[in-house]
Amino acid sequence: MTSEMHGALARADLQRLLDALSAKGYQIVGPTVREGSVVWETISSVSELPIGWRDQQEPGRYRLEQTGAQEIFGVVHGPQSLKPFVFAPREPLLQITRSKEGFTTSPTLPQPEKVAVIGARACDLAGLAIQDRIFLNETYRDPYYATRRDGLFVVAVNCTRSLQTCFCASMETGPRAKCGYDLALTEVDDRLLVEAGSEAGRDILSGFSLPPASEDLAGEATRRIESCAENQVRRLDRSRLPHALYEAHEHPRWDEVAGRCLACTNCTMVCPTCFCHTVEETPDLSHQHTAHARLWGSCFTQEHGYINGKNIRPTIKDRYRMWLTHKLASWIDQFSTSGCVGCGRCITWCPVGIDLTEELSALLTPGVQPPIDLQHKIGT
Amino acid sequence: MSKREAQRERPRVAVFKFASCDGCQLSILNLEDDLLALGQALDIAHFPEASSDMKPGPYDIALVEGSITTAEDAHRILAVRQQAKVLITIGACATAGGIQALRNWADVEAFKQAVYPSPEYIQSLSTSTPISEHIHVDFELWGCPIDKNQLLRVITDLVVGVQPRLPGDSVCLECKRRGHVCVLVAKGIPCLGPVTRTGCGAICPGMGRDCYGCFGPSEGERKGPGLPPNTVSLATRFHRELQLIPVEVVRRFRGINGSVSPFRTESEAWEKKT
Repeated sequence: MTSEMHGALARADLQRLLDALSAKGYQIVGPTVREGSVVWETISSVSELPIGWRDQQEPGRYRLEQTGAQEIFGVVHGPQSLKPFVFAPREPLLQITRSKEGFTTSPTLPQPEKVAVIGARACDLAGLAIQDRIFLNETYRDPYYATRRDGLFVVAVNCTRSLQTCFCASMETGPRAKCGYDLALTEVDDRLLVEAGSEAGRDILSGFSLPPASEDLAGEATRRIESCAENQVRRLDRSRLPHALYEAHEHPRWDEVAGRCLACTNCTMVCPTCFCHTVEETPDLSHQHTAHARLWGSCFTQEHGYINGKNIRPTIKDRYRMWLTHKLASWIDQFSTSGCVGCGRCITWCPVGIDLTEELSALLTPGVQPPIDLQHKIGT
Repeated sequence: MSKREAQRERPRVAVFKFASCDGCQLSILNLEDDLLALGQALDIAHFPEASSDMKPGPYDIALVEGSITTAEDAHRILAVRQQAKVLITIGACATAGGIQALRNWADVEAFKQAVYPSPEYIQSLSTSTPISEHIHVDFELWGCPIDKNQLLRVITDLVVGVQPRLPGDSVCLECKRRGHVCVLVAKGIPCLGPVTRTGCGAICPGMGRDCYGCFGPSEGERKGPGLPPNTVSLATRFHRELQLIPVEVVRRFRGINGSVSPFRTESEAWEKKT
């Protein structure tokens, strides 16, 4: 690897990288502490990053703690993946105006913007790659997503610390960012190992005369990333997917989890790959004009299962089964990849702490026959 | 079309008040930029909060604020219904009985004796009930107060001749769209957002505090299809992990929309555990 591809940056010099991105016209976005977690915000200074903070995550619970250290990337992630940057939570699509002949439509594409995201994780990149496959499909390319995607520059951070909820190692998506990044950083004490993953990334690095990373630094970075993978306590057994989940369609566990699930949509909102949406009209009182927008939707809503006068997924059980089966099984048939990247966000941000790895494991264990009255319920 | 003809075609709208704080009526006046357009699209024939020029019915649209708490109001709402083609309740009081429905679990006589020097002058029912328990309601707007944009949307739909339809999703969906951090997960606050109807714009979680359910239970409507929210699971979470004692769980669900199931059934179930 050439020095251009692979360099060492003093942690104290990270600001130089932000400045270089700014000079290239990028708006810089990074994780910032807000309301007990981190959210993506526009930043101009390294001091706005969550220095010294670490996150602890478990089912239904997220807490930040300040360690007092100089560590910049100690927080693994907050509720947001890269999804909001490309698949906007609310995307105006069209303006529709009544005319003598009927109506006219004019698309409202987003303004192209150059956005550099600092601190995306391997799971986030894996999620982005899956969304690319869906939205940038050759047959149905989504121009709104494409416009936002074109301006995105990703500075990934390789994970050297696993959360209790992480299982990227078993999904083979992390903790090292494999592809899709422009630059990747690995924080090793007071040094950052910098790697370029794209032409745009190399272009930024060419302005730095970074010393090549020593073998010690590269080796230590690799050792920490591998140790991070080994420390993961959760895993998802993919060996029997997708078929085993199809065969579990009538498993009694679905009833059990439906008793806990709130159908609140949080899992689908924080999922880096969930792409369901709804559309909304905002007409004006003159009846001459309406704005047509796309909003994040969810397979847990009533509207999602509503087809021509009937809701085909009226119960929480129907909806949870639909979500999990799609995410872990039929996604594979549909897109040749799992819909899950192992980030664990759906586990943490579920208000009642439902853990999909635990649910899958229960569903793949032959179930006890439900009691008679429950069987009756399932049948109706 | 002459100006006169155009005026004749404008739907006649009336606003009526029952037991309430007037906050929802103020939401109409707070439409600000849209108020002029609204005034042009509608003939606001009866709106005592806004004008002393009150024209008699019949009306195309009646907006009803407030709950029924007196025998006189129980009678008056029948007359309002007779004058209105379409009747819409606005706000938690009219739609669910409001905060004053807390009296439904209490001794109203004792309240009268404790509060008023001459309690014999107070003529009040022992319950506060939503409008729909007295007459047929065509459409219900939730919230304390209502969301002015939801009101505008429903009126626009009615003027155009479209069946109004508002989302019944949980507040969580809106929180996540807006990038708010979940206060339940990140702070351990017993937020009612997961079981509460969207429409407010997720204002409270956006300010770092908990949703207290002022838009009522999500999705499952009393009269329509839908899934009642899983209050049992959320209440259990409040108790087991967030360490609320049963009386605190009761208070969580027994608020502005406390008399509507499943909020009502949930608070009553936990009351038995206190």
